[in-house]
Amino acid sequence: MTLLEVRDLHVEFRTRDGVAKAVNGVSYDVGAGETLAVLGESGSGKSVTAQAVMGILDMPPGRITGGQVLFQGQDLLTLPREERRRIRGARMAMIFQDALSALNPVLTVGYQLGEMFRVHQGASRKEAKAKAVELMERVRIPAARARVGDFPHQFSGGMRQRIMIAMALALEPDLIIADEPTTALDVTVQAQVMELLADLQREFNMGLILITHDLGVVADVADKIAVMYAGRIVETAGVKELYRSPAHPYTKGLLDSIPRLDQKGRQLNVIRGMPPNLLEIPPGCPYNPRCPLARAVCRADDPPLYDVAAHRASACHFWEEMFDGR
Amino acid sequence: MAGDAILEVRDLVKHFPLTQGVLFKRQVGAVKAVDGVSFDLHKGETLGIVGESGCGKSTVAKLVTRLEAPTRGTIRYRGEDITRAHGRSLKAVRRNIQMVFQDPYTSLNPRMTVGDIVGEPFDIHPEVAPKGDRRRRVRELLDVVGLNPEYVNRYPHQFSGGQRQRIGIARGLALRPEIIVADEPVSALDVSVQAQVVNLMERLQDEFGLSYIFIAHDLSIVRHISDRVGVMYLGKIVEIGTESEIYEHPTHPYTQALLSAVPVPDPETEGRRERIVLEGDVPSPANPPSGCHFRTRCWKARQRCADEEPPLAVPENFAATLPDQPVHHPSACHFAAERVAVVPPAGV
Repeated sequence: MTLLEVRDLHVEFRTRDGVAKAVNGVSYDVGAGETLAVLGESGSGKSVTAQAVMGILDMPPGRITGGQVLFQGQDLLTLPREERRRIRGARMAMIFQDALSALNPVLTVGYQLGEMFRVHQGASRKEAKAKAVELMERVRIPAARARVGDFPHQFSGGMRQRIMIAMALALEPDLIIADEPTTALDVTVQAQVMELLADLQREFNMGLILITHDLGVVADVADKIAVMYAGRIVETAGVKELYRSPAHPYTKGLLDSIPRLDQKGRQLNVIRGMPPNLLEIPPGCPYNPRCPLARAVCRADDPPLYDVAAHRASACHFWEEMFDGR
Repeated sequence: MAGDAILEVRDLVKHFPLTQGVLFKRQVGAVKAVDGVSFDLHKGETLGIVGESGCGKSTVAKLVTRLEAPTRGTIRYRGEDITRAHGRSLKAVRRNIQMVFQDPYTSLNPRMTVGDIVGEPFDIHPEVAPKGDRRRRVRELLDVVGLNPEYVNRYPHQFSGGQRQRIGIARGLALRPEIIVADEPVSALDVSVQAQVVNLMERLQDEFGLSYIFIAHDLSIVRHISDRVGVMYLGKIVEIGTESEIYEHPTHPYTQALLSAVPVPDPETEGRRERIVLEGDVPSPANPPSGCHFRTRCWKARQRCADEEPPLAVPENFAATLPDQPVHHPSACHFAAERVAVVPPAGV
């Protein structure tokens, strides 16, 4: 059984200016021990999807208007609140981008880590503290015993992100959702944290959803990628296939527009225009105003996700042209 | 491309005092944000400065534009010492050295129209554009950076991040400066929009013969845009050279580690790379290690590194190489050495 299956998820936000359609029919799945990278720019719906899966979407203004979130075969969207709460943290956990604002500044990290055990397992204060030290050692925080009583601001950015990871791992969940876990970190620290995350995932055979805008981070750790645009998945593929021959013009545009460390060229290829306003997503394919392949049909019909090869799909009417001429 | 140095920076130091006490403030130390930085900027070139947060790269930008006064050191613009310039002479310098900021959301006044923002430099330097001509100049500037000149009466919130950064660039260009200091100009932008702004900056450089100091933490973008690159660590430049010297033949262990840590968006290249994962974090600039600042995280560190600070010069072991050899560039390490294929070439 697949660990997590998201089926045709729809999320919208009611705002003063109208209804923002943040997620429009997203489906993906993750197995145990597998890493799915969800790639997209700001406003593509990648984080909102994750929040809906996790059950931490602000409602209102958010509203899930359709779809299913099957976790180990059980639809989470139909569960009562209390049952949902027992799953969250214990069986699925989340790592956030900004550890400093995700941690409580007036409580020690030991207290916050121990809280997981006190609340979910009824551990005593003493047991909880001992487990907190153990967790800090597991995420390789030096002198864990001495630092368990420190406050979040006393740690560096990289160490704080380790504490976030420790907290997510505390109850040995089956699924971890990491939302831009290394975006706020320096590159040398970024490498340490990604390595740690990958090691722990292997050790516990967890499913991992890695949400990011960074095509580089993904290349190294993901098994498969879902590329999102305007609240839809526009392409899914294995990592190697996606980088070698993107099947959607948006993916190709993204890959061509980033400068690469191992290449020196003069002019970067640019995706013209900007990401769409979610209040007025263009009719037809949402990418059509920016797409070099766009034709009349793209302005009229929203393309479904076509199966373009084994385990590959692309939401482009002209995906065949993407494979021609290379 | 490279001509005479129009900007010479020598031994630039900026210490921010740390004080204790409320009524009787006494200095208990100093954050050594910039601790002896030297470089030249030539006409028409782009000097990239890379480093992690806290290495002092943004302070360098503020010192060069004289938004902060240096503690020690000199800055010469076209041979003239501007380190202590003030009043009229400082105003003249600032006309020629302009800045583009990182955050296009906070660096534009939300209550001013785009026309007022881009035209404001003319209020301070009225000699550049006579009053009657300003409207036309502003529209021209908007056109140059790829914005519709009809937008002069709109407000910043009506624009996207990429468009706002174009407004910031138009403002920087208004006085026809020679040097533009850009501090992380694209890092707040979406990936698909970053390339648009980078290309714009390159086009403007060719068109107006600008010199750039381009500060960023993104090594890939710095490589793309720069002619020469300086790598900073804890207030010092540890290695400086042409783009290919730094990226293809780095000799300083920090540069090598930094380059090896950058993920390459290609799983096949990624799989063949050897990654150097550095231990620990950057030490506090209030209390940097003795000798070489990098020694606490360096796998090559020996006693000599703690005792003796390595100068930023062509390392002894490469001194005999010809100046046109790629390893013949300044690198502040006692044990500088080349490392094969830190970044393997693509498509092999």
